[in-house]
Amino acid sequence: MGIKWDEFFVTGDPLIFASQIGIALTLVGALAGITYFKKWNYLWSEWFTTVDHKKIGIMYILLGVVMFLRGGIDGLMMKGQTAVPENDFLNAQHYNEVFTTHGVIMILFVAMPLLIGLMNFVIPLQIGARDVAFPQLNALSFWLTVSGAALFNISFIIGGSPDAGWTSYFPLAGKEFSPGIGNNFYAVALQIAGAGTLMTGINFVVTVLKMRTKGMTLMKMPMFTWTSFITSIIIVASFPIFTVALALMTFDRTFGTHFFTISGGGMDMLWANLFWLWGHPEVYIVVLPAFGMLSDIISTFARKTLYGYKSMVISIVMISVLSMLVWVHHFFTMGNSAGVNSFFSITTMAIAIPTGVKVFNWLFTMRKGRIKFTTAMFWALAFVPNFVIGGVTGVMLAMAAADYQYHNTLFLVAHFHYVLIPGVVFPIFAGLYFWWPKMFGYMLNEKIGKWHFWLFVVGFNVTFMPMFFLGLDGAVRRAYTYSAETGFGPLMMISAVGSVILAAGFAALVYNIYWSARNADRNIGNDPWDARTLEWATATPVQHYNFASLPEVTKLDAFWHMKKNDQLQPLTEDEIEEIHLPSNTWIPIYMGVVFGISGFLLVFEWTIAAGIAALGILAGLAFRSFDYDEGFHVHKDEIFETESNWRKGANKGVKNHVS
Amino acid sequence: MSAKVNAALPLEYQTEQNRMNILGFWVFLGAEIVLFATLFGVYGVLDERYAGGPTQKDIFIVKDVMIQTFLLLTSSFTMGISIFEMRRSNMKGMLMWLVFTLLLGGGFLFMEIREFMHYVHEGAAMQTSAFLSSFFVLLGTHGLHVTIGIGWAILLIIQILQRGLTPVTARKAFIFGLYWHFLDVVWIFIFTFVYLQGLVM
Ligand code: HEM
Ligand SMILES: [Cu+2]
Repeated sequence: MGIKWDEFFVTGDPLIFASQIGIALTLVGALAGITYFKKWNYLWSEWFTTVDHKKIGIMYILLGVVMFLRGGIDGLMMKGQTAVPENDFLNAQHYNEVFTTHGVIMILFVAMPLLIGLMNFVIPLQIGARDVAFPQLNALSFWLTVSGAALFNISFIIGGSPDAGWTSYFPLAGKEFSPGIGNNFYAVALQIAGAGTLMTGINFVVTVLKMRTKGMTLMKMPMFTWTSFITSIIIVASFPIFTVALALMTFDRTFGTHFFTISGGGMDMLWANLFWLWGHPEVYIVVLPAFGMLSDIISTFARKTLYGYKSMVISIVMISVLSMLVWVHHFFTMGNSAGVNSFFSITTMAIAIPTGVKVFNWLFTMRKGRIKFTTAMFWALAFVPNFVIGGVTGVMLAMAAADYQYHNTLFLVAHFHYVLIPGVVFPIFAGLYFWWPKMFGYMLNEKIGKWHFWLFVVGFNVTFMPMFFLGLDGAVRRAYTYSAETGFGPLMMISAVGSVILAAGFAALVYNIYWSARNADRNIGNDPWDARTLEWATATPVQHYNFASLPEVTKLDAFWHMKKNDQLQPLTEDEIEEIHLPSNTWIPIYMGVVFGISGFLLVFEWTIAAGIAALGILAGLAFRSFDYDEGFHVHKDEIFETESNWRKGANKGVKNHVS
Repeated sequence: MSAKVNAALPLEYQTEQNRMNILGFWVFLGAEIVLFATLFGVYGVLDERYAGGPTQKDIFIVKDVMIQTFLLLTSSFTMGISIFEMRRSNMKGMLMWLVFTLLLGGGFLFMEIREFMHYVHEGAAMQTSAFLSSFFVLLGTHGLHVTIGIGWAILLIIQILQRGLTPVTARKAFIFGLYWHFLDVVWIFIFTFVYLQGLVM
């Protein structure tokens, strides 16, 4: 099996040809720019080889934002295509590719990196630690995610995009019906990124269990830490299933086995089961950390302790257990017995109970609070009603008998966007506004933030609300066009207009980042929101060792109590000890590169070359095994100087940014 | 992350980083359990889908499987002794038993590869039927783990020879031990649910 050169570059489509040229030019421009400004050294030593959880977190967030652009453009293209009946902006094949890459990228390369990025930045600070449990492994997780994302994204210019949906159901995704190599990109790229995610899961389980500062018992952890912990457990419990499913897919497509094929005794429904055994927990993997961020943000800006902390914890544990028991609701219509469907109907509806508990807890937290209407709080406020629409339509879909009506229509598409956008994207935006000052030392502009908010929320509702009605009228999902007689035209047009408003909202965010980076006030103190948890107890932006001396915790909302009880003693010189930190390493980025090369060759089914490239992976593991680097120590003098600098200036001449 | 050493504990547990590494490896083994459970599930679904090809009874050779089982179980035993010697700070004994472990593991691997080649020769390849696809991938995944384990242990032996028994090398050896015993447990399930069950099916 040699490389199929005739399949190498995607040819014949002017849109894609234009992007090929565009990408080549951007790449050359970026490389030239870095060289011209002599930034290679800086990038290499400060970012590419870093093991600092804060920098890794920021890089994850950057990846997520860039991928949001890509996934968003896919979404706009689909909306452009279906805005009017019988449009021919995208043909059927192209539309298939676009909804497939849109779905995969939004879930795996937007939602996941943004959340994992925020987890990386915030969790060690919230639990009063100096880093995660395994800093090098953390860098490896990141570079594998980048590697997978890069591989997945080049598919549309080299080799052809996957086109069997983000669910890649067999037999459609198999060799008989999708003979090109496009779907190999799905199997291989997600495998690489998934390995990175699994390691993140392991890392955070151990971090939360072992690295909490003195006095922080499990029931004193901030809610974001709790939800990230549970998410990490779900990752460890469910990603290996996806690993197996993708491996079997690769075997079927590349080595001619019969797991999911029609012939040879294979069973296509086996794929559907394996996929959703991972896929449903996956939606909780993304939604739980988002819930946790909202809990912390709501309690900060309602200026009250979270209502019903214990019931919140019980709810997320219940959600995580139930999330493993509902996967069949994705294929009620695919030939299960009535008994099976009933069972999974009930488990699905049961999830509404702990979720409802959480919603009421948020509402009660706000009740009688002195709410501060910051942009972050706006997102949290908008989350509640919008997410409830998603949740209630979810319960409608959970009724197996009724699902025969909704299944595979735009009703479903509207439902899951109402869950994913208010439930994941709004909280991520809230989190970005909230933690931005901690990351960079300046706030995002609140006024532009409100523009971002209103455009995005209005655009979102205008885009997706019509889809409920279109779906009930029978408009199927994943269809590239429809005839004028269907009468779908007007609602489709409204929805398309909505997506433009939504895009304008996103543009406002990008502009906000640009504007604030240039103009925002740099003197904001270490606690601009008057917040409650430990990440605000240290300098802004955070010094590389996080805490000069590790804080001691006695209560939930530890920092808040320290402030109220005047326990924020100034640091004295004899309290300072040398701090031990891990050194930078080139191995993770190297591993990302060799995984990418090996994966690329495997996509093209050039298995021998892929195997040879994989030797590079083994070499990397061996290097790591022989790496006895002990890290380095930060000296007392340096710590003392850094600390007195920010403490002296802290809160002096700081304008109040929140009213 | 401080290098505070608690000398009251066994060597591999003496530093905080070591304790975290060991816990992390247990969590990783949790993920491995899910991975193998999924593969067993797949095998359980596909194990009677012969597509006109050979069945378990047609191909399994009881004697060879017994030898493989004997080799791997014994290697788990020698691995245990190796860690026991490590705890007694007897580096030489530790290495000796570790080498035995590797040889037994190598013997297992040799038998398994021979078995696979034999099957393919008989016309029972991975592409023949769903049953055989799931059989080869389940056993192949286990075999790949054994192979990686052997490579890993060789690196480990070199490091112990270079550095002697330190908290770090002891921790690495201990973790390798966990891995090796885990593969043994997986094999017991393979032996029961693939071979024994296949023979009585
Ligand atoms: C930015 C605004 C967005 C727009 C305009 C948009 C639009 C769309 C459209 C038109 C479809 C396909 C409908 C069809 O079946 O024909 C779709 C599918 C999908 N979207 Fe979005 N979407 C957006 C954001 C998101 C986000 C944030 C997520 C997840 C976090 C997401 C996840 C998905 C998934 C999983 C699918 C299913 C893909 C498939 O059918 O295989 N979308 N979206
Ligand atoms: Cu589901």
